[in-house]
Amino acid sequence: MIKEAAIRKPLILGHKSYHDITNDVVGPIEGKAPRQWKIAISIAAVIALYGVGSIMYLVGTGIGAWGLNKTVGWSWDITNFVWWVGIGHAGTLISAVLLLFRQRWRMAINRSAEAMTIFAVLMAAIFPVFHMGRVWQAYWTLPLPNQFGSLWPNFNSALMWDVFAISTYFSVSLVFWYIGLIPDFATIRDRMVKPRAKKIYGILSFGWSGRAKHWTRFEEVSLVLAGIATPLVFSVHSIVSMDFATSVVPGWHATIFPPYFVSGAVFSGFAMVLTLLLIMRKTMRLEAYINMAHIEYMNIVIIVTGSIVGVAYLTELFISWYSGVEYESYAFINRFSGPYSWAYWMMMTCNVISPQLFWFKKIRTSLTATFLLSIVVNIGMWFERFVIIVTSIHRDYTPGAWGEFHPSVTDIGMFVGTIGIFFTLFLLFARYFPVLALNELKTILKVSGESYKNSDKH
Amino acid sequence: MANKVFHVMYDDDQKLLDAATALVKQGIQVKDVFSPFPVHGLDPIIGVKRTRLAIASFMYATTGTLLAILGTWYFMIHDWPMNIGGKPNFTWIENAPAFVPVMFEFSVFCGAHGMAITYLLRNGTLPGMPASNPDPRTTDDKFVMEIVTEDNHAFSVTDLEEKIRATEVFELSIKDC
Repeated sequence: MIKEAAIRKPLILGHKSYHDITNDVVGPIEGKAPRQWKIAISIAAVIALYGVGSIMYLVGTGIGAWGLNKTVGWSWDITNFVWWVGIGHAGTLISAVLLLFRQRWRMAINRSAEAMTIFAVLMAAIFPVFHMGRVWQAYWTLPLPNQFGSLWPNFNSALMWDVFAISTYFSVSLVFWYIGLIPDFATIRDRMVKPRAKKIYGILSFGWSGRAKHWTRFEEVSLVLAGIATPLVFSVHSIVSMDFATSVVPGWHATIFPPYFVSGAVFSGFAMVLTLLLIMRKTMRLEAYINMAHIEYMNIVIIVTGSIVGVAYLTELFISWYSGVEYESYAFINRFSGPYSWAYWMMMTCNVISPQLFWFKKIRTSLTATFLLSIVVNIGMWFERFVIIVTSIHRDYTPGAWGEFHPSVTDIGMFVGTIGIFFTLFLLFARYFPVLALNELKTILKVSGESYKNSDKH
Repeated sequence: MANKVFHVMYDDDQKLLDAATALVKQGIQVKDVFSPFPVHGLDPIIGVKRTRLAIASFMYATTGTLLAILGTWYFMIHDWPMNIGGKPNFTWIENAPAFVPVMFEFSVFCGAHGMAITYLLRNGTLPGMPASNPDPRTTDDKFVMEIVTEDNHAFSVTDLEEKIRATEVFELSIKDC
């Protein structure tokens, strides 16, 4: 048995056996729903219903129900879209990139991070789909033979690339997640006593039996999926950034956008993972599996990506001046001193200054500080997208066409509503699904478990 | 003589590995192993070959690339060429850079889903399929080795049982099959 170096922190604390891991993860699913969970899901469901109502009002009334106007044609809708897609990126990063780098700490967090990815991408998709106005014709974005002569979508368009990127990303993440879930569903199936639940988990587990050959295939599929999901995750946010970068709007037309968006996405995604996991580990008593080592590693990723984002902001600012292009310079002067400067400074504080606090070990190993800062980063990243989108277009080439954006009730309702839908889905996941990749965790118990790691037992 | 199947249970992955090594060394063939997680190092001992799923995935992905090339050529060049900003689509190769994102995404799409479907079909794990692990504890913390007399004609049943019992067995069940 290969053991990790003693200097590495143990990833599973306490004296756990294989059976304990099963008990700790499956136990909460078998028991009755706790009171806190019922309260939380009720609140989330009410907010979700408000969101659904706002969406129905939007579809019934038309896009005019949003606060968009002739100058600002893209605002909260696309801000929310990019924000949600960005959040989704952490899940794939944790499950795919960290798998390729053989980072064992990913195993405690990958399942819930992937669930978060899937739900976040679903929330993201709501915005461009409903922005189409006639949502029932959303399938026109696909190259289907049609009755309008041979009219095809424009494959030169970045928006078209986005359709392919987001749908591929969503479906591949879903498959990656589900393939990992199958063996864990089998564990639940074999433990369940209640016949109905046993039957449901039996169907969900696809008859998995844990044969040696199946496990070999499982590991190969995980590795290859990770290999192809890694370039995929980078491509998705690059393509999202091209929605802006391929235009000729000052403030959008920037070659720095793809790497800057990708690191921003990882940054915001890790913040959201931390927000969710800090609550989950406490309420579901998973402290032995998601411990300080994990939190510290995630905070380190936040420092790195937050710093990349900070450098990108400054580079952007410098290049706007250095380019000598009047319009480009103005777009940035307007950003930090115009009517939306409050949003710009909010973004700068939340995204550039606040993550630097994690350089202090005391702060990055403090649960309260991590939780608060993760929320600050989430807010900051929403403002980043708002700043990029709205400040760039609200004052364009012709001053006569300048305008401002004021969100309508429907704008707010849809944004808040997607947060409600997201949390409803996540709470359902936390209640009925194995929240840790329990069978994968068993493979690292003897390598990185506290009671095995530094002892002579094997 | 009826064929018999031995389900040998171990309570630790290292014990399973040691037992498999010892039994295989004596010429006993292990039919299968049921375990709650992938036991590394087991495959070469019991003679499980490397899977070719990665090759399959590469072929699916290549098919995706070719389909995307064919599609973009047909939609954008052949069937309905567009003139956007005075930059008409005359040849596919001139337009290719704009098609790279879609080609990439579609390759990934086909590679991932093709492989996932192949994986499920090859495993025989599909919605509603019955489970075939001999003991429900094999998805929790126990490891079961399946040995059938059919594969081991050189040994008598008692002989086999004796050799199996010499390993650190947790539980042993012998059934007719």
